[in-house]
Amino acid sequence: MRIAIIDESAGRAALIGEGLAALDDCELFVVTERRGLVTRIAEIDPDIVLMDLGNPSRDVLEEYFAVSRALARPIAMFVDQSDDEALAAAIDAGVSSYVVDGLAPHRIRPILDLAVRRFQAFSRLQADLAEAKGKLAERETIDRAKRILMDSRGLTEPQAYAELRKAAMNQGKRIIDIAEALVTAHQLMGGK
Amino acid sequence: MPQELAIGFLPLVDACLPILAQEHGFAEAEGLSLRLVRDMSWATVLDRLLYGHSDAAHMVAPLAIATTLGRGRPAAPLAVPFVLGLNGNAITFRCDVADRICPLPGLGDPNAVGAALAELVRERRTAGRRLRFGVVHRYSSHNYMLRYWLAACGIRPDDDVEIATVAPPFCADALEAGEVDAICVGEPWNSVAVERGAGRIVMASAQIWRRGVEKVLTLRESVLDEKREATEALIRALVAAGRHFVDPANWEANAALLARPEYLDGSAELIRRAISDRLLLARGGEPVHFPDFMFQHREAANFPWVSQAEWLYTQMVRWEGTPFSAEEAARAARVFRPDVYRAALIGTGEPLPGASSKVEGSLSGQTAVGTQQGTITLESNRFFDGIAFDPNDMAGYLERLP
Repeated sequence: MRIAIIDESAGRAALIGEGLAALDDCELFVVTERRGLVTRIAEIDPDIVLMDLGNPSRDVLEEYFAVSRALARPIAMFVDQSDDEALAAAIDAGVSSYVVDGLAPHRIRPILDLAVRRFQAFSRLQADLAEAKGKLAERETIDRAKRILMDSRGLTEPQAYAELRKAAMNQGKRIIDIAEALVTAHQLMGGK
Repeated sequence: MPQELAIGFLPLVDACLPILAQEHGFAEAEGLSLRLVRDMSWATVLDRLLYGHSDAAHMVAPLAIATTLGRGRPAAPLAVPFVLGLNGNAITFRCDVADRICPLPGLGDPNAVGAALAELVRERRTAGRRLRFGVVHRYSSHNYMLRYWLAACGIRPDDDVEIATVAPPFCADALEAGEVDAICVGEPWNSVAVERGAGRIVMASAQIWRRGVEKVLTLRESVLDEKREATEALIRALVAAGRHFVDPANWEANAALLARPEYLDGSAELIRRAISDRLLLARGGEPVHFPDFMFQHREAANFPWVSQAEWLYTQMVRWEGTPFSAEEAARAARVFRPDVYRAALIGTGEPLPGASSKVEGSLSGQTAVGTQQGTITLESNRFFDGIAFDPNDMAGYLERLP
């Protein structure tokens, strides 16, 4: 079975590819480039195409599938039209799949399920990453605020942090909010 | 607590009404909170609608009909209770082709340009390099308007020329790279191409059909039934947004708003030009004023005329090559829901036509039409070839078309 994975996110495509590589009798093709997409898909001639739901090239690809109906093998959207739950799960996970007509549902279902799980895992990874980045940015802002206090009021680092904490408690705000306000105010007042 | 409705859209200027309804508080005044869901392809907008990620969507009108009839997806009944706008598209050619078929500056005359194009098409066909056009989707007014014009000028789409699908944000790229020789797309994408020197705007789609149905508000029929009151409230909010949108006093602010990253993520300047019916046809030129280039409010523009749905169906079977089916035509007609539009606006100041269907393209001048409420004067709504579409004889109409 030839499986094409189309995803402009190379990271996510790799994650799915890794999962599918474990399956027997599957040849994988990963396409991340938008340019020449239709030509590439025509070359691959896949049995199944997995694609992220929001991919900007979906209209172009669906047009190609619609046209190729007139030629060799028609490609239908999704797997088993009656399997509403599987379709809904796929859409929720952000996966769209296109399958060659006549391919048995029991062959496709495990692949789709795997893709859905991998997409979900990728979403979680992204959310974790965003959170980590957010925390890192917050850390940097707090460090800058401490530095401003240390420089302007001759405080030690622990004293500077205590000031921030006190202000946060007094104002019912988070330390990061106080730090951001201080950094902004300092910039506006002509500081560096 | 306002009721939330998720509205899917593509980053095009004619997605303006739902966006402005939310941003200017018209939705809130009707007890609604709109969550705008941005996507980059019609397939995605459609899937989200079908699987409940969105309650309603900005959509190319033919796609609502195609989906209801089971083209390209298993049949899913959709309903259109509101038209988001008429026209607002243009045909932009690569500069070298434009200079050949439209040598004088300004917008071309559809007949003259068509004749010159037909000659070029013959040459290219003989040379084995057919001209290639890009449209946004096979089920789009862009596709149908372009084909209507080409066929009327003696050019056979799919035979003498190729017509391919190109997503709007990539139209300028495709023109520049020579992947297509011309694009038919909505604003701001023609202007983006012009700005980059990738092409020249030769015609507005309004020159092909002066009041052509373009984007619509679509819901799953079941969702319309389930959220009927909220839908009617949404219609009222969208009408208010339309009134705001066409007021010149608001052009600048609305252009800046629509340009935001979460909406069109584009140039406020280009959007402002489109909103104010001004088009820069070629880089380095002066913008021309094309009245009613975009048409979102006047003359009950938002009324979902059943005849519009029927016209779209005739074009669908015309280019599919499938036989006309009276049964399918009836189902296509039922997609448009003037009854919901009326129910939403009865008792408000908004003009409501008396009829739900009309002969399309029959008016060459100002005509007062019968109303249930208010007054409506329609201006010319002609097709460039003067042929009118009478929904009472769809099969005959199809036979008469080239």
